[in-house]
Amino acid sequence: MSARLVQRDGTPASLVIEGARLLDPAAGIDRVGDLVVRDGAIGGEPDGLERISGDGLLVAPGFVDPHVHLRTPGREDAEDIASGSRAAAAGGFVTILAMPNTHPVVDSAAVLGSLLEQAARDAAIRVGFFAAITVGQEGRALTEQGELAELGAAGFSDDGRPVRSAEVLRRALRYQQITGGLPLVLHEEDPDLSGEGVMHEGLVSSRLGLAGIPGVSESSMVARDLALAVTEDARVHVCHVSARETVEELRRARERGVRVTSEVTPHHLVLTDDAVATLDASRYKMNPPLRSEEDREALVAALADGTIDCVATDHAPHAPQEKEAPFEEAPFGVTGLETAFAVCNTHLVRRGVLPLELLVRRMSSDPAAALGLPVPTLAEGAPADLALIDPAGRVRVGEERFQSKSANSAFLGDDLEGRILLTIAGGQVAWRR
Amino acid sequence: MPRTDDARKGASVRRRSLIAMSDLDRAAIARILRTANRFTEVMGRDNKRVPTLRGRTVINLFLEPSTRTSTSFELAAKRLSADVVNIKGTGSSVEKGESLKDTILTLNAYGPDVFVIRHAAVGACNLATRHTDASVLNAGDGKHEHPSQALLDLYTIEREVGPIDGLHIAFVGDVAHSRVARSGIAGFRAMGARVSVVGPPTLLPWRAEEALGVETSTDIRDIAAADVVYVLRMQRERMGDGGQVPSLREYAARYEVTHERLRPGQRVMHAGPINRGVELSGALADDPATLIERQAANGLVVRMAILYDLLAEPATATSEAQELAALAVA
Repeated sequence: MSARLVQRDGTPASLVIEGARLLDPAAGIDRVGDLVVRDGAIGGEPDGLERISGDGLLVAPGFVDPHVHLRTPGREDAEDIASGSRAAAAGGFVTILAMPNTHPVVDSAAVLGSLLEQAARDAAIRVGFFAAITVGQEGRALTEQGELAELGAAGFSDDGRPVRSAEVLRRALRYQQITGGLPLVLHEEDPDLSGEGVMHEGLVSSRLGLAGIPGVSESSMVARDLALAVTEDARVHVCHVSARETVEELRRARERGVRVTSEVTPHHLVLTDDAVATLDASRYKMNPPLRSEEDREALVAALADGTIDCVATDHAPHAPQEKEAPFEEAPFGVTGLETAFAVCNTHLVRRGVLPLELLVRRMSSDPAAALGLPVPTLAEGAPADLALIDPAGRVRVGEERFQSKSANSAFLGDDLEGRILLTIAGGQVAWRR
Repeated sequence: MPRTDDARKGASVRRRSLIAMSDLDRAAIARILRTANRFTEVMGRDNKRVPTLRGRTVINLFLEPSTRTSTSFELAAKRLSADVVNIKGTGSSVEKGESLKDTILTLNAYGPDVFVIRHAAVGACNLATRHTDASVLNAGDGKHEHPSQALLDLYTIEREVGPIDGLHIAFVGDVAHSRVARSGIAGFRAMGARVSVVGPPTLLPWRAEEALGVETSTDIRDIAAADVVYVLRMQRERMGDGGQVPSLREYAARYEVTHERLRPGQRVMHAGPINRGVELSGALADDPATLIERQAANGLVVRMAILYDLLAEPATATSEAQELAALAVA
């Protein structure tokens, strides 16, 4: 069984991008030339098609984000499928997977079916949905994963909270045999160690008097769950890795051949807990929290060497009235879809820390492969799933209205480089500046 | 009338705020302590009211219970002839679920010069500064900071013990959850004191040496080296089931500050309210040789000095001297 990805019907794109750098590292493509999109597929005759100058621009396979909160059903005031998928398209994404921690939780075929129907009407790009591991994400009864898998769930996750009971998780891992090996996507955190924590436990939390969430809260659960995955010969995907201790766990597991993949967010790759000194919850309160510079460096190294497979935004929109609260009281989460490429491009690629080729992989083919999704490619004959990018194009975050309904970005007001000019998803123009 | 000032400066100038002790450098702290000295002289007179802040508006927004701090801020503002409005959590629209942002925006419409804010959550004062141009004076925000307490502690030591530079202060007890300690450590260090923290390892801040620039110890005997022993309030919820120390009994046995654990000449401070027999023995709490009563008494003049420093004209060296001279004849 595989994830059902849905997108609204639209006109297949037909156009020619002339003289751009065509970069698809996974397919071995890196040349300057013309790219033809005809009737929604790559290749074909360029005659009679609209021509776009690609001079100085980059064409990459469209990005894939395995970790997005679309807040639907229940909090459509903060985001819905239309706005969230439009935000994704504006960020160069062609496929996103939505997390099930909604109201109600996506824990039944009825809710999942309704979301798939809605997405087929509203989604600008391909959207898939995770279902919960446990009913109500309460960590006790497993959801009807056989039925949910047949209906097209992209995998299973209790994201937003961990599966506290090792025995419950073990059953879910064993049950993976029923779901055709759909990934279990794990939010790793020990609820007791995290306690009332609101930021990384470190020098900054000591200075501010804020309760800390230690790195070991994440890594100890990862260690537990990898041990369980080995026991059950199951496949797991670790969400939003934030701590260097977790990187060490993942590195050892990969060396032993454990079937684990993982992701890291742009904000964890470029920011640290120093930013929290501003006590600006709208920008800097998220879970997992921004950690120390040593953690950040470990994450960048792990993404570069493949210990961490891919970038995921953990796009978590919140209504302004929730975020405009004292730091301790505000909810966790920041948006990320519209800034992901520009943030990584500005702070990692252009500073020479990560090659552009690797960033493109880590945002497109690698997340797709990690989650068992179709891999976007520029190869002849493939459906057109691509982004046309001006890598030097300047962006002041938030200056143009966000496509997302929410503005709780960690990078609000920042000057970044990397403008997404055009996104073609599933053969349709989903975003054009 | 903040707008008048702004107009005079020809631009919209945001007033200074005092949220953390790091907002003050050594010179600013010394200036406030000098001002407090002058107010102490004024308080010795029959007419204790000075006209300095006539026409200014001070809003005391106390959304967490407080006796000492709220009373002394109210009195301080009144003695300076400011218009004072006191708002508590109970009996205000906060009780109806109004958000802090909306409370600030609403009150801001009355053109206050300063918000004095006490709130249970870290970050409340920072939030307030994003929605008003008035000064924000932190009167305690969760476990973060309590700068007016630190300033009155510095003032008390300077008057009762002597110059702070070179002194050694030991904070004892629940340092991790103490805004008094956090502000105190920053203030004492800024003034050149040596600071150590002594307490159970589960109640000391994470890597306090590196984070806060203090020495740490888990042995109460290490208070011996200190000139001043600052005893921190120990909350009941930290002890026993779910707490950071096993029991009240074990805590008191290891960390209660008593006459027996002090050496002659050491001075004892406590910001109150005191748990007798927990962090401080009853006998010591009643001993007039401690600085505890002086701290409470000095709260008034130091808070007057802070309001004066935030609201009176920016002090150049000469204008400060002139204004203080003017005060003396007021």
